[in-house]
Amino acid sequence: MTIAFPKPDEAVLARRGEIIEGLGRLVAAEALIVSEDERRAFETDGLTAYRQVPLAVVLPSTTQEVSAVLRFCHERGVKVVPRGAGTSLCGGAIPQQDAIVLGVAKMNRVLDVNFEGRTARVQAGITNLGISQAVAHEGFFYAPDPSSQLACTIAGNIAMNSGGAHCLKYGVTTNNLLGVTMVLLDGTVVEIGGEHLDSPGYDILGIVCGSEGQLGVVTEAVVRILRAAEGARPALMGFGSVEDAGACVAAIIGAGIIPVALEYMDKPAIQICEAFAHAGYPLDVEAMLIVEVEGSDQEIDDMLRRIVAIAEPFRPKTMKVSQSEAESAAIWKGRKSAFGATGRVADYICMDGTIPTGQLPFVLRRIDEIVKSYGLGVANVFHAGDGNLHPLVMFNTNVPGEMEKAEKAGEDILRLCVEVGGCLTGEHGVGIEKRDLMTCQFNATDLEQQMRVRGVFDPRWLLNPAKVFPLEGRLAA
Amino acid sequence: MTTHLPRDEQDACIVIRDAADKGTLLNVSGNGTKAPMGRPNQTDASISSAAMTGITLYEPTELVISARSGTPVLEVMRVLAAKGQELPFEPMDYRALLGTRGEPTIGAVAAMNISGPRRIMAGAARDSLIGVRFVNGRGEVVKSGGRVMKNVTGLDLVKLMAGSWGTLGLLTEVTFKVLPKPERMATLVIRGLDDRQAVEALSQALGSPFDVTGAAHVPDRDRRGGSTLIRVEGFSGSVDYRMNELRRLLKRFRFMDLLEGNGAEALWQSVRDATVLTGQGERAVWRVSTAPTKGPDFAAHVAQALDAQWFYDWGGGLLWISTPVEGDAGAAVLREATRTFGGHATLVRAPAEVRSAVDVFEPQAEALMTLTKGIKASFDPSGILNPGRMYAGI
Repeated sequence: MTIAFPKPDEAVLARRGEIIEGLGRLVAAEALIVSEDERRAFETDGLTAYRQVPLAVVLPSTTQEVSAVLRFCHERGVKVVPRGAGTSLCGGAIPQQDAIVLGVAKMNRVLDVNFEGRTARVQAGITNLGISQAVAHEGFFYAPDPSSQLACTIAGNIAMNSGGAHCLKYGVTTNNLLGVTMVLLDGTVVEIGGEHLDSPGYDILGIVCGSEGQLGVVTEAVVRILRAAEGARPALMGFGSVEDAGACVAAIIGAGIIPVALEYMDKPAIQICEAFAHAGYPLDVEAMLIVEVEGSDQEIDDMLRRIVAIAEPFRPKTMKVSQSEAESAAIWKGRKSAFGATGRVADYICMDGTIPTGQLPFVLRRIDEIVKSYGLGVANVFHAGDGNLHPLVMFNTNVPGEMEKAEKAGEDILRLCVEVGGCLTGEHGVGIEKRDLMTCQFNATDLEQQMRVRGVFDPRWLLNPAKVFPLEGRLAA
Repeated sequence: MTTHLPRDEQDACIVIRDAADKGTLLNVSGNGTKAPMGRPNQTDASISSAAMTGITLYEPTELVISARSGTPVLEVMRVLAAKGQELPFEPMDYRALLGTRGEPTIGAVAAMNISGPRRIMAGAARDSLIGVRFVNGRGEVVKSGGRVMKNVTGLDLVKLMAGSWGTLGLLTEVTFKVLPKPERMATLVIRGLDDRQAVEALSQALGSPFDVTGAAHVPDRDRRGGSTLIRVEGFSGSVDYRMNELRRLLKRFRFMDLLEGNGAEALWQSVRDATVLTGQGERAVWRVSTAPTKGPDFAAHVAQALDAQWFYDWGGGLLWISTPVEGDAGAAVLREATRTFGGHATLVRAPAEVRSAVDVFEPQAEALMTLTKGIKASFDPSGILNPGRMYAGI
């Protein structure tokens, strides 16, 4: 518990009754949550170690209501923490005591699907999977697929520029977003982008995507929808060393093959997942790759044959090419249950740095050393094609001091990612979790330029202000 | 007029800081091959990236390349091709359209977000641009993004720099995600379709699972037919398979040919560079980005009022339209069409006096213009970098 929240503004806390009364005039009674019990349901997100009960929670149903609420907060100087489904792993949606939570989850409808133009307009509270489900009957899908896709909203995906397991081929949110309706802090509603592929002036859509709820509140989005491939099948490969697995990844990409997914698991992760999912993972290997390719059956066979041949020089100890949907499901079952399975054997924090893939063996060795130096364990699962690591640092909450040790180990790992040429976060966002590490990756000038842009949208730091930028050295517009 | 040719970032900082102090307005450029684009602006001096050249990082197995901003695009492509890779977004070369000479720079590709036909599949330049270093209008070196392709750390200033036309900063180094060059490319050519039928065919192809990487339509002069182009790339066996499937899917459009080799490459280059429209004397050229299904209505609307020629890329969503240069070069008609059908239009080629008199870029809604002004001021408070190149006062 080492991350500080700014001290709440006593004057705002003292005006709570008046603020709630004002909000009550703007939205329907059921859209305003004031009782302590009900507010508590919003006190945290996916980073559950940190909790703050907000002043109130507002769940509007229309863009106009969002606009009225933001204008009210702007005029009264009340902080606003936007929220989708609250699945953020970096604390992006954790409230503040002197802030209201503005949730968009009630705005969850599909507004328009244009299959011919390959776009969908949706309300921002729809779940990520909800979009794919709404277009699946025509064989289409929405490509970014974060593991929380059943629950997470497109609003949150836009705020965090979320990725997923298939972004090597399909890109992340910013590459699949064409437009948004966004409400600025003063209540102004702006339309950015649309159904066309590029922007006329500055790429404001590009800066909004990944801005972690600090530039405005997105209420609608236009996303690209794609026709799904005819099929997809993975191969599972086990290696005797981390180096061999890393070299195999480089060789596949070097041969001009971009698999749709290329996932890595280390020995502890394999063991944890196998014990949970009985996926048939090899327990005698140091590292495992899941390589998935797409296309027709014939294309898949051809591509997997090439991949198997490329892997040969790296002496795979296990090679299982899926021949059926059942085998594919088994191979993926273990990987997809990695977080849940780890949660059964230990408490853990999930890190999210990205590294240049050539640094993989070195970084994994160092991660092991770092975690051991704190007396803890680690399981590594990650997206090998793009170098996005997810080390799960394991600890026991009931042992005093262990969680702090895990946090410290996590910080050391992220510093390492930056040192080798990578970054602090590949897809989860900065939130509060990595806020105080931003100075490892950026110097003061870099951060000031970001804060100056932020200041154009929110000069008084009312939108999600506890996040992203270190509390020291903040700039207004 | 002085032209500054900084050799490195520090040089560039000194020039820009001095200009900011003195209020010297700077023309920001690479090798100037796109100088006749944008709003003509009055500046006191020039700063060019031309002397900052060289590939600074290339890791083929990590799919990443970094280069100083003045590096010729040709050099970047050559280095990538030696390892069987390429820039995924197939950047357009504007020289033929604009009648300019010199080597386009990789910095300009980023600064103007220059993409080509493969944009529909692989994203635009801004989607592959993963890191930048630049000097802002304060004379400070700023970095954003990096060399890894998955990075959500902090505000994505990379996107703002892409397409800002040198008005926010002088790019000094750019880093792109790259992809393997496909083993084979094949193009299905359908003949005899009018614009609406063509976009229907393109939409059907793009809505198929067969990974179409190019979708263009070039109407004949008499507009009663044209060539509808559908491109597939990849490993040879896979290209065969997907081509057969596409032919089957589109069999109701009868007149189909398969085109490969140099002829096909030249064809896509003429689509990429919009040279399909050149050789038409001194006509103005507009670039329109709209929803693909609105493309034909947009063109028909313009053709009712103007003597226009056009073709489509991006499945119908990118329209290149040539119009007579007289008067406003068709600006009033084009703007009315964007209001009716959505999207935006940019006047890419026209005499300077026309580009001074009409909006070159699509006018934006008031709230977006306020944000645009704020963003400009946050990078360049003295307003010295390429002032007025995009919008008056920006």
